[in-house]
Amino acid sequence: MSSSATMSQPVSFGRRLKRFMADRPLIPLIILLVILVVILQALRPGIVNERWIANTAKFAIPLAILAGCQTMTMLTGGIDLSVGTVATMSAFIMATQIVNQDPAVAFVLAMLPAVLIGFVNGIGVGVFRVHPLIMTLGTSLIGTGFLQVYQRTVIASGARIPDFLNWLGTGLTYGFPNALFLFVPVAVLIVFTLNRTGFGRLLYAVGDNERAARLSGVRYWQVITSLYVISSLLAGITGLLYIGLIKAPSLSLAEPLVLPSVAAAVIGGTSIFGGRGGYTGTIVGALILTVLTTLLTILHMPEGGRRILFGFIVLFVTAAYLRIIEDR
Amino acid sequence: MTRFLRRQGWVAGLLALLIFLFVVTKLIQPGYGSGDFGSLARAVLPYAFAVAAQTVVVIAGGIDLSVAAMMALTSVTAASMMNGASEEYAFFVVPFVLTMGLVLGALNGFLIVVTRVPDIVVTLATLFVLQGAALLVLDAPGGGAAEWLKATVVGTMPIPNVPDNIDAWVPKALVLLVVCLFVIWIPLRRSRLGPSIYAIGSDELAAFRSGVPVARTRIVAYALSGLFAALGGLSLTISTGIGAPIPGPYLLASVAAVVLGGVALGGGKGGLLGPIIAVFVLRLVRTDLTLLAIDPNVTAIIEGAIMVAVVMFGAFITIRGRPAGATP
Repeated sequence: MSSSATMSQPVSFGRRLKRFMADRPLIPLIILLVILVVILQALRPGIVNERWIANTAKFAIPLAILAGCQTMTMLTGGIDLSVGTVATMSAFIMATQIVNQDPAVAFVLAMLPAVLIGFVNGIGVGVFRVHPLIMTLGTSLIGTGFLQVYQRTVIASGARIPDFLNWLGTGLTYGFPNALFLFVPVAVLIVFTLNRTGFGRLLYAVGDNERAARLSGVRYWQVITSLYVISSLLAGITGLLYIGLIKAPSLSLAEPLVLPSVAAAVIGGTSIFGGRGGYTGTIVGALILTVLTTLLTILHMPEGGRRILFGFIVLFVTAAYLRIIEDR
Repeated sequence: MTRFLRRQGWVAGLLALLIFLFVVTKLIQPGYGSGDFGSLARAVLPYAFAVAAQTVVVIAGGIDLSVAAMMALTSVTAASMMNGASEEYAFFVVPFVLTMGLVLGALNGFLIVVTRVPDIVVTLATLFVLQGAALLVLDAPGGGAAEWLKATVVGTMPIPNVPDNIDAWVPKALVLLVVCLFVIWIPLRRSRLGPSIYAIGSDELAAFRSGVPVARTRIVAYALSGLFAALGGLSLTISTGIGAPIPGPYLLASVAAVVLGGVALGGGKGGLLGPIIAVFVLRLVRTDLTLLAIDPNVTAIIEGAIMVAVVMFGAFITIRGRPAGATP
């Protein structure tokens, strides 16, 4: 159905709404966010203040960066379920290596497994054509195994959260969380990469029609490999930020963020089938989920109920987007 | 005919590999006897059911990511229902849990058919939902199991007129596995439904045009997957005596064993025997690693690496089988 055909005849309201949602996904998302905040304020009058906003931002930022990993991989029709393990690994290694090592060395050591896992993911998906879900699930299983072995070797030395990560994770500057110093450049970089660089266009091209992209000379495996390495690096950096926020290194530190990160990207309008979406929607999606989590905590919804809700959100939103695309 | 020979050849090769591994095991541990074989059969039980669940769906041309979560949910449901209840109550619990698996599996298939969202996304969403539901039922490992149920997997099957030393090699767990699989699989293969499942996996459009009710067959395939997963969950509860809400590594293991068992991930090919032998192979490798006194965490890494390698190999074979330049 071409747009000229629909212009000439009156269009039903529902159809117009659908088109509007498809063309400007940001506006309904922001409306949803505002509605959630209003509900929160109604349930607990006075809760929405400066401190609450700063706190919400602090918790939304790690989620938003991980959701950025999902956004970029989803644009190519993939997904990266190893982000939780990668973030946990880099956080744990950083916290334990900083005890005896120079911060710079500890940082490099913490980023090393991230790059390695990303590379293996990329080779598996790009060269061997394993489904990304299975591949990243497998590498995260292996990563967790390595982490358990590693944990045994550092039990004696103990762990410490570096002051800088503390400052970055929980500190405030003029009421703004310091994590924004990390997040704003990262977000700008992701948005710029996706919208303005050749690499970003390649991601959309590969996700939209892989065969056409290949035939026009795109080196598929190179694009995919660099994509998964970037995704893993971002996850590793998120791990460092998150350990500064949570302050308790554990072997399942960032695991609870994996499901919400997928949900945030899906809510933000990125199609899980590839080729459609962007990072700005994902950021709003991460904010929505963080506010929703606060809301559910106030309503005493247990962790299990939250997961059920997130599952339904992913399914419902995907089905809805599919309808919108089919209609065009 | 050649395909038939090739499939049987693959299964025969696997069987040879299994026998070779038994010989290796005997060489590593000269004392390896019937008791160890019994514990191997017990360890295989939940994995084998998970693989059976995955096999049915993969043959039908889909994939079920919710297998492990389904096992966790059915396991905790059974464990919490039997906790402190009378022995006879378990006679009600077992059919209840199996029906639950069947219905939830059918729901998976129903959602795929109705929403037309790809199976991988729908089952990812139900993975979240089922995991959440499992956490709602039990938020920490706990519960109990009826004694007579526990007795069904411990010890050996007394067979009249058979000398004890042969009888010792027939553990009850193995008998239970074989009986359950046969009771479900053989009538299925003999009925119209079996060929229909293969048909929709091989070529959905061709199956539809030959009069196969594609939607109904798909729902039935997922329902069977749910039933097998529920059997897996029950066997977990029975063999450990408790239920754990966090799913084990059964998803990746099931996909790896399906690939190793000669079932093409594209669908329409393979049988149940190959994947089941593949599970024994994978478990026996683990036993061997343990017998070699390798750290259990390192064993987990090696196991994960083997599974990822198997999946990569399977995907590689799939590309080789396709005409060059075709999209997956």
